[in-house]
Amino acid sequence: MYILILVFPLIGALISGFCGRWLGYYGSSIFTMFCIILTTLFSYLAFYEIGFCGTVCYITLFPWISSSLVFINWSFLFDSVTVVMLVIVTTISSLVHFYSISYMDQDPHFSRFMAFLEIFTFFMLVLVTSDNLVQMFLGWEGVGLASYLLVNFWFTRLAANQSAIKALIVNRVGDFGLTLAIFSIFYVFKSVDYLTIFSVVPLVVEQELLFFNYSINVILIIGTFLFLGAVGKSAQLGLHTWLPDAMEGPTPVSALIHAATMVTAGVFLMIRFSPVTEFSKEVLLLMIIFGSLTAFFASMTGLFQNDLKRVIAYSTCSQLGYMIFACGMSAYHVSLFHLVNHAFFKALLFLGAGSAIHALGDEQDLRRMGSLQKFLPITYSSIFVGSLALAGFPFLTGFYSKDFILEITHVASNTNLGMNSIVFSCWLGNMAAFCTVFYSFRLLFFTFLNGSNLSRVQSLNLHESSIIILIPLLILIIASIFIGYFLKDFFIGLGSDFWKNSIFILPFSSNFLEAEWLQVSLRWLPFILSILSFFLAFFLNIVNFRFFVNYQIFNLLIFLINKKWYWDILYSRFLILPILKFGYWISFRNLDRGFIELIGPYGVPKFISKLSFFTRNIQSGYISHYLFFMILGLCVFLFFITQTIFDIYLIIFLFILSFFI
Amino acid sequence: MVNFINNLQISTFLFILSVIGIFLNQTNILVMLMSLEMMFLSVSFNLIFSSIYLDDIIGQVFSLLILTVAAAESSIGLAILVIYYRIRSNITVELMTLVKG
Repeated sequence: MYILILVFPLIGALISGFCGRWLGYYGSSIFTMFCIILTTLFSYLAFYEIGFCGTVCYITLFPWISSSLVFINWSFLFDSVTVVMLVIVTTISSLVHFYSISYMDQDPHFSRFMAFLEIFTFFMLVLVTSDNLVQMFLGWEGVGLASYLLVNFWFTRLAANQSAIKALIVNRVGDFGLTLAIFSIFYVFKSVDYLTIFSVVPLVVEQELLFFNYSINVILIIGTFLFLGAVGKSAQLGLHTWLPDAMEGPTPVSALIHAATMVTAGVFLMIRFSPVTEFSKEVLLLMIIFGSLTAFFASMTGLFQNDLKRVIAYSTCSQLGYMIFACGMSAYHVSLFHLVNHAFFKALLFLGAGSAIHALGDEQDLRRMGSLQKFLPITYSSIFVGSLALAGFPFLTGFYSKDFILEITHVASNTNLGMNSIVFSCWLGNMAAFCTVFYSFRLLFFTFLNGSNLSRVQSLNLHESSIIILIPLLILIIASIFIGYFLKDFFIGLGSDFWKNSIFILPFSSNFLEAEWLQVSLRWLPFILSILSFFLAFFLNIVNFRFFVNYQIFNLLIFLINKKWYWDILYSRFLILPILKFGYWISFRNLDRGFIELIGPYGVPKFISKLSFFTRNIQSGYISHYLFFMILGLCVFLFFITQTIFDIYLIIFLFILSFFI
Repeated sequence: MVNFINNLQISTFLFILSVIGIFLNQTNILVMLMSLEMMFLSVSFNLIFSSIYLDDIIGQVFSLLILTVAAAESSIGLAILVIYYRIRSNITVELMTLVKG
């Protein structure tokens, strides 16, 4: 049964991909749905057995690489973290599959699309279930590949090509970090198996590794490289530019890959490696700083974006920042809980946005929507519920995880535990919560409640989507309302033994117990910020109260935010363009086609032809010239043989000769 | 009596003179042939003197042989010259550059 979880998506992908032309639209949709539903059911069973009944399943299939010290099996580890991820991936994936049946029904390459979705699911399952780093890396690269294929699904569009390549290359920077992490882990632990690594980590905490001639702590190096991998995949600040651009793909792809599953792989990596990173304060600090900066900057950028999907993409980026800094505060289980909840309400938001975009005939600009709540009631309520859950409205899903993360940040600033770094994330996290509510409701107002800006043709064709699109929305609405409440006590309840050994938290760095006994006023703070932000959004967008419209500085700020803080332009101007110029002028024109050709295939024939031209011209045809060479040769011969005896005569003779010539 | 060094210097001088005569002559091929004869003469001279000085007959035998060779060589050279003159109507050395590299 555990292996079947992985086998079914692979079969579905292969059959639907290679035999799609015979399966057709109905065939491929039914077949892939069958495969993904079975996988989902099996993963629920696995969740029940492992999560609730408390077993851990470890399956070894057969050796993969066996070369003296390197011994890697095809093997799978199903523990609590894995099954939680399994349930998320398969649930969201099956809902997206179902959604795509209607959303993509006009597409001529439907079976290819379904095959790509299935292969993505397969690689994601390989990623979460593997028990060693190398097999995990297979899934890691596989989802990157699937992301490329899916974003580039409409490969005739230039923007889709560009953003797919961007996603792949920016991810590759993080993958480079992950490979370095794998190498250093193998160097230190002589193994890539999770269980081997995690059990001997405390023994190597004091060890140092020579890195660029600096002696650095082993855990710090490994943790930093792992975090670099997470930065790439989970779109943390610095390598986040690919995520908003990846919205060029179809909307179900955005919902599946860039909201629920692939971007959470980085967070999953950090959670999985909690036994390693826990031993290094520096890595935790790194996660806190990067995570909270990402949460703040991305939510700030989301404030004044005008593309419906891009707003949600920046929201994803911001929530990933929350997850990462929750990991940095050693609250891995809270981070994973937020990951679960986020998957549900972000998939809901994306699929709802897709439904609205579908209804408007592929219009994505917020400013050309408006007053859709009468026409698209279910889409409206789905985005409304998704926004409330995202905003952390009490008793919805987001409340249980997001507010708890913020409460943990408050612990640092209001106790004497001396965790100064967390104060940083406390401020930025709360400001990010403020911005989150603002852009969520701005999106809601612009799309559904403001006056209509639609064209006449669009408003005539306005209709709620088909039932196949609405069913996943309804399921996700229910999940977004209830999942957090149902799972809270399992995941982050006090003394819950749900995680067993899969998550490791050092006793002196665990502070979620203190968070339960915070002052009441501090616990209200995120809610009050949200309410304030809601009213701000309300006054600016519904009441149209424009109190700072005339100030140049505000316009400049909004312009800056709308241009995404100029990250992309900075990257392309100061990183990509210089590298491209270096590649063209230095390494191509000056080295490959320049210097190396000069001393090799181009220079040598040219030199030889010049040399032959010279020697050819020696034979001038004049008898006296030939005589000259004969005598010269004789003189040189004599000079070398009888240097001492004849040299005076010879020098005189040569002098005379040269005088005449 | 002329001593050994003197004779050697004379023959060497004659030889170098003939070499320079061949070498610097850009116009007339007859002068070239004459210089060549002079070169043979200088070598013969050297051989005869050495044979007398060393009291050995072989040098004179060689000298006689060289005289023969020189006669044959100059006759053949003059024959080539005549044929060349018949074709080209001049014997200027500067113009004999038809076999360039």
